Amino acid sequence: MSDVTYIDAIHAALDDALENDPRVFLYGQDIGKFGGAFKATKGLQEKYPGRVLDAPISEDAMAGMAIGAAIEGARPVLEMQFADFSSVAFNQIVNQAATHFYRTGVPIPLTMRLPSGGTPGSGPFHSQSMESLYAHYPGLVVVTPATVADAYSMLMESIEMDDPVVYCEHKFLYRWLKSSSYESDHLPIGKARVTRSGKHATVVTYSAMVHEAVRAAEMLQTEGGWEIEVVDLRSVKPMDTDTIIASVARTGRLLAVGEAFPWGGVTAEVVSRVCADGFHLLDAPPVRLNARDTPIPYHPKLWATHRPTPESIAESLRKLLNY
Amino acid sequence: MDTTTEGLEREHVRHVFRAMLMSRVLENKLGSLYKAGRIVGGVYLGKGQEAVSASLASCLQKGRDVYAPLIRDQAGRTAFGEEIIDCTRTYLGSVDGPMRGRDGNIHRGRPAEGMPAMISHLGAAISLVSGMLLAKRLRGDMEGVVGATCVGDGCTSTGAFHEGLNSAAVENLPLVLTVANNQYAYSTPNSSQFVCHDLVDKAAGYGVQGHSVDGTDMLACIAVMQEAVDRARAGEGPQLVVASMLRLTGHGEHDDGSYVNAGLKSSELGRDSLEVGKSQMIEHGFSDAAEIEEWKKQDEEAVQQAVAISQKESEPDPYQDDWLAYSNPDLQNR
Repeated sequence: MSDVTYIDAIHAALDDALENDPRVFLYGQDIGKFGGAFKATKGLQEKYPGRVLDAPISEDAMAGMAIGAAIEGARPVLEMQFADFSSVAFNQIVNQAATHFYRTGVPIPLTMRLPSGGTPGSGPFHSQSMESLYAHYPGLVVVTPATVADAYSMLMESIEMDDPVVYCEHKFLYRWLKSSSYESDHLPIGKARVTRSGKHATVVTYSAMVHEAVRAAEMLQTEGGWEIEVVDLRSVKPMDTDTIIASVARTGRLLAVGEAFPWGGVTAEVVSRVCADGFHLLDAPPVRLNARDTPIPYHPKLWATHRPTPESIAESLRKLLNY
Repeated sequence: MDTTTEGLEREHVRHVFRAMLMSRVLENKLGSLYKAGRIVGGVYLGKGQEAVSASLASCLQKGRDVYAPLIRDQAGRTAFGEEIIDCTRTYLGSVDGPMRGRDGNIHRGRPAEGMPAMISHLGAAISLVSGMLLAKRLRGDMEGVVGATCVGDGCTSTGAFHEGLNSAAVENLPLVLTVANNQYAYSTPNSSQFVCHDLVDKAAGYGVQGHSVDGTDMLACIAVMQEAVDRARAGEGPQLVVASMLRLTGHGEHDDGSYVNAGLKSSELGRDSLEVGKSQMIEHGFSDAAEIEEWKKQDEEAVQQAVAISQKESEPDPYQDDWLAYSNPDLQNR
């Protein structure tokens, strides 16, 4: 296979899911003939007539429709045009989808795709990372693939799951991230991956930040021979605490990196779990690095320092290593 | 009374009235139990709205159609075929109820049987019912199916109402959306809720068919609901039915409704649809006073029995509950 991108993987997974399971259908804005804002559904309406439906600009109703369809046994895959707009659907997802199995015993096999995270020039309303908000709610699964192979296998697995999944796909990776194939190591949702082995410190991160963390690790390798372990959470809920703790046991130092806002969230959860379950393993206070505590700025120069970068991750690691 | 009985089937009318009567008997009992401190949580009654509620649900067929009741739809639930023990178990906190103590009162439902369990966020069920219909269409199981839900005047102000009805219209789904305009959303009167002349005018804006009915007139309600449901079933797309009446109770049993305008109470809107329905039953020969009295006795006995059973049953046990929010238990607590 020639080079395939992260967005190719998403497209292929949607195609294969539609092919394999007649219960699967896609619903979202501009996803039909137009193929979606990011072309994740290009050509699929023609290939699967009646199963790729254009929605009006009504995120609340889109989510409600998908949940209702899921109650009836369909497998809806909902595309939010941008993760940011899912705030309009928040009520349906957290109050209807998330509570449904606990309340009624009827599961909601819904997958909501969230084109997430920042890209230069996108600004405050087309750049958000919503994973922490959804992960807070019992009943939801929240996944954050960082690789081409994970983008494919985790979307397939999300659609196959009986419980509602918020699938956070990073827009920055769409066309930049390439691989020779979709073939993966078949880790299931709920298992983290050690992306890079090391012994001096652990970086726990997810989604696009995995690649920034690897770059930071390479910088420190070059600069001082530091061996930094990078753990890719893959799914933030469920969170693979065992793999995190095992890594911290090897390194004794933890940096949790995320692109979302700094108050609470995934990185705080990682630190909290390590402090609770692996305090005795730590040789230094755990550190968090997130985006800045402001809305996400529009100008590329501001944006580039709003989110963690290889440089800022490396700087956090130096402080952690020198503690 | 100038209501016509043309086109109304005797058994249908009797079914509606019996559901209304049962609902009133059951809700009177719930009110007493609430005052006696026997209810877990709040009690929300449909007094005054029985005609609208039962008429709508009576036009649906359980097992084929979808019915999403809201806060004041005990009569509709009974007309659709919900067992009254589902109600008493839920209100009395029995673990054997459909929600097993995990949700209460009017939030009960049996989604696998076409009756979703409402959330408190108004209008959320409109798109939910639409999605259930959409799924039936996708699997080629849509022939003659209708989905219906009932909301209040307050719901028409929500974004969910707008998005839901518009989306259903875009997909031309067989949705019957009933607005029971009972003049108050909790304590907020129509005048603070909307300024359009009549809520049914909204139908034109969504490109759907609108129907108005006097919600206190049982026979008129049956006729209008039958027409709306028939049109939806025939593929004419969403139907918006606006029924007007006065809420003859507080928002919940905790609320005395002292803010309700006295003029409204003494107006035609303030008529009790059950009393109107009873007169219509007798006047048009659908029943007689003796038979209605007998039905009432039967209902009182059935309610008493359901309450007695529910009260004897176990409450949910926190040490026995599986505490699973996921159908796949491996996902829990991680």
